[in-house]
Amino acid sequence: MSDKKMKLKLHVYRQASKDAAGAMKEYVVEDVSEHMSFLEMMDHLNEQLMNKGEEPIAFDHDCREGICGMCSMVINGIPHGGHRGVTACQLHMRHFKDGDEIFVEPWRARAFPVLRDLVVDRQAFDRIVAAGGYVSINTGGAPDANALPISKKEADLSMDAAACIGCGACVAACKNASAMLFVAAKASHLNHLPQGEPERYERVKKMAAQMDAEGFGTCSNYSSCEAVCPKEISVRVIAEFNRDLLKAQAK
Amino acid sequence: MNLDAKIPEGPIEQKWSKHKLALPLVNPANKRKHKVIIVGTGLAGASAAATLSELGYQVEVFCFQDSPRRAHSIAAQGGINAAKNYQNDGDSVRRLAYDTVKGGDYRSREANVYRLAEVSANIIDQCVAQGVPFAREYGGHLANRSFGGAQVSRTFYARGQTGQQLLLGAYQALEKQVNAGAVKMHSRHEMLELVVVDGHARGIVTRDLVTGKLEAWAGDTVVLATGGYGNVFYLSTNAKGSNVTATWRAAKKGAGFANPCYTQIHPTCIPQAGDYQSKLTLMSESLRNDGRVWVPKKAGDARKPAQIPEEERDYYLERKYPSFGNLAPRDISSRAAKQVCDEGRGVGPGGRGVYLDFADAIKRVGKQVISERYGNLFDMYATITGDDPYTVPMRIYPAVHYTMGGLWVDYNLMSNLPGLHVIGEANFSDHGANRLGASALMQGLADGYFVLPYTISAYLATAKQPKLTSDHPEFKKAVDDARARMTKLLNVKGKRTVDSFHRELGVLLWNKCGMGRTEKGLKELLIEIPRLREEFWRNVNVPGSAESLNQALEKAGRVADFFEFAEVLVLDALDRDESCGGHFREEHEDQGEAKRDDEKFQHVSVWEWKGEGQAPVRHKEPLVFESFKPSIRSYK
Ligand SMILES: Cc1cc2nc3c(=O)[nH]c(=O)nc-3n(C[C@H](O)[C@H](O)[C@H](O)COP(=O)(O)OP(=O)(O)OC[C@H]3O[C@@H](n4cnc5c(N)ncnc54)[C@H](O)[C@@H]3O)c2cc1C
Ligand code: FES
Repeated sequence: MSDKKMKLKLHVYRQASKDAAGAMKEYVVEDVSEHMSFLEMMDHLNEQLMNKGEEPIAFDHDCREGICGMCSMVINGIPHGGHRGVTACQLHMRHFKDGDEIFVEPWRARAFPVLRDLVVDRQAFDRIVAAGGYVSINTGGAPDANALPISKKEADLSMDAAACIGCGACVAACKNASAMLFVAAKASHLNHLPQGEPERYERVKKMAAQMDAEGFGTCSNYSSCEAVCPKEISVRVIAEFNRDLLKAQAK
Repeated sequence: MNLDAKIPEGPIEQKWSKHKLALPLVNPANKRKHKVIIVGTGLAGASAAATLSELGYQVEVFCFQDSPRRAHSIAAQGGINAAKNYQNDGDSVRRLAYDTVKGGDYRSREANVYRLAEVSANIIDQCVAQGVPFAREYGGHLANRSFGGAQVSRTFYARGQTGQQLLLGAYQALEKQVNAGAVKMHSRHEMLELVVVDGHARGIVTRDLVTGKLEAWAGDTVVLATGGYGNVFYLSTNAKGSNVTATWRAAKKGAGFANPCYTQIHPTCIPQAGDYQSKLTLMSESLRNDGRVWVPKKAGDARKPAQIPEEERDYYLERKYPSFGNLAPRDISSRAAKQVCDEGRGVGPGGRGVYLDFADAIKRVGKQVISERYGNLFDMYATITGDDPYTVPMRIYPAVHYTMGGLWVDYNLMSNLPGLHVIGEANFSDHGANRLGASALMQGLADGYFVLPYTISAYLATAKQPKLTSDHPEFKKAVDDARARMTKLLNVKGKRTVDSFHRELGVLLWNKCGMGRTEKGLKELLIEIPRLREEFWRNVNVPGSAESLNQALEKAGRVADFFEFAEVLVLDALDRDESCGGHFREEHEDQGEAKRDDEKFQHVSVWEWKGEGQAPVRHKEPLVFESFKPSIRSYK
């Protein structure tokens, strides 16, 4: 395997704490391997900073394989960096070239306050799910799993939406900082299943209300969310959501 | 150390139902008065938290990620086992239990395993009722696939995202309870101490990872659901934050640590590409349903895979294990991969890789079907390596993946420390010396939904401990201890980063306590690890302060615990002078297969911490097999 080494200039958003003011800072990173992931490049920069006695750049991450939804950075203006279906942790440095200048910023939205550097608070998403993003069933007493056949088509549509990793890139990409793709994906996951049907209209109402209460913006159908979604969730879920919400309000 | 496993009397098929009847109950009005502290929101923790709060207990939950939905369980790909026998291929509770006991090389507790198999069917029912979108056939019924070590098809899955979907089910159940005001959730809180009062586990100390604030939390019982310690090897398939801190801190307060040397090395991971690498990526075992594993017959054959003709390829798993073929269990497949690479027949950079080839399957069922089955895994592989697995065979190599060892628990999932319950990967009980694929998800959810909610009452109804608050001096002391440790780390102000130490520890362990272990290598580790640990405490550089979001400090605390724990892991590997499952002592082998010594080692090894500078002491729980007689484990 060949290994081209690169030298890059990074502009990274730094903010010491929740209430501090933040600013972009410039760094030069050397010896970047094209096989590194973007986060490994950030690790590499952090090692260099620490060896110089500086504090490392804080960023969220955990699984580093595109599934936990923890990593969250806007790379050159695009959440997760703009490669289809890829999170920042899966973005590889072979997509960059020696001498590139890269801008790295946190998700920016009123409902996602910055906690430090690239780390933001996304608990608003948990509160939206708590408002109604579930089937109200307690443990125990469930019927046999095969008692109720579900057509493969509906199960697949449900799964397509359930693939959402809750990263919040949709919010970060939206001019209005709307959480519509996230919210509608959760509703679509449950509403395509017979188990989700009884609470269908209540669910969309409650989740929509919580989304507004959290300070997310409204959806103006720009579809920038779909373009950056690392799980390529389609805006069809938003159309479904709006339809259900209209029906719910009419009830 | 009291290691009474409290296994109920009677035939194995009746133990659990009899036990459930015999368990004392806590009446509904009293449940409200009991506070349960749960650390961890993976499958085990989230399912337990939701269920216990539904039953009426007050529940307080902690995790270190920013949301409970991001626990490491989210990353599980392949599937979850259950003895549903929907395929009519002869599966049963007994067969699942047998496969699991045999798969664990007769080093697990059979009564626990049987119970696990018994409740497995309920898990699938529960998850479907919650809206988990499992894969379905065109007729609308649930689909199954096969996993290693089994000859029936009992694995349920949701594309390659089974863990994600099961965890979202449990997370949503948890959020439902948060909304009802029945659960208090604390994200971005890391547990740093267990608090023991009068010999009972009564609470924890956490650090708020945003503000740095240390807080003490008191309750009536503590449940650890904090996952595995695979990251002691630095490179593993685990999420970066996975750690041993919670269980190790408990061990230092008197909980026995069982079988720490039982670590699982998974055969199908993407090989390491460079020194900077921060983790290894698993390629789900489900791929072995359709992929064929091979290497060139000739050592040093540098031709491209397509240029190597059929008769010059060695499909070594099919050759050595004809009845299981590519679905041989993980320990066996990993070892076989290491052997062919040691013979110089490995492929790719450094010769540390074997092919996983889908050409035949694509010819047989078409690219479309293969993409439906494994599309997201193929995409993941292509994203990471830049190669297209539809046209070029994948290159894979074994990597650390799972830890069968964990805190010792009895049949009620309580440790020897009264009031401390341990569930999911964090405990030791069900997988023996090797875990079968798709059984960890099953165990996590079994523990959380269907076992602990019953057995916790055995403690709560009888413990009769006085109510106390976090003003109790033991809590204050635990907070001071946690603070002192952080201050110490910050004050070293040395020259090396935490990661550089962690990486070095990982390489040591991987080389001498990984897929092959010898007395000589292990003894060397017992000198090298303490030496490196000593350097760590003298020369680590942890910048920043304790009063802010400080990821370097978080890591330093975890690595400090890994250093202490690693030594016990190695001691255990040295003490267990036999080979079994994933623990392969090169001195004990029979034509490359693990050779057990039931006479001397048919027991659980449980380690008791005796304090800094003192040798930990090994205790034993003998394993008794009444239903599944130990035999030579063969997959030929
Ligand atoms: C890549 C991958 C794929 C896998 N695929 C499969 C599969 O297909 N089938 C299968 O059966 N198994 C699979 N496994 C194994 C399985 O996913 C895990 O064993 C299982 O999910 C562990 O669940 P858990 O609930 O015990 O712990 P985890 O999900 O690891 O959760 C641990 C929780 O504890 C919290 N925690 C840990 N330490 C602390 C602390 N000090 N303070 C506060 N909170 C803490 C974390 O925040 C987290 O919430 C896979 C594992 C990996 C790595
Ligand atoms: S770190 Fe988990 S999705 Fe990126």
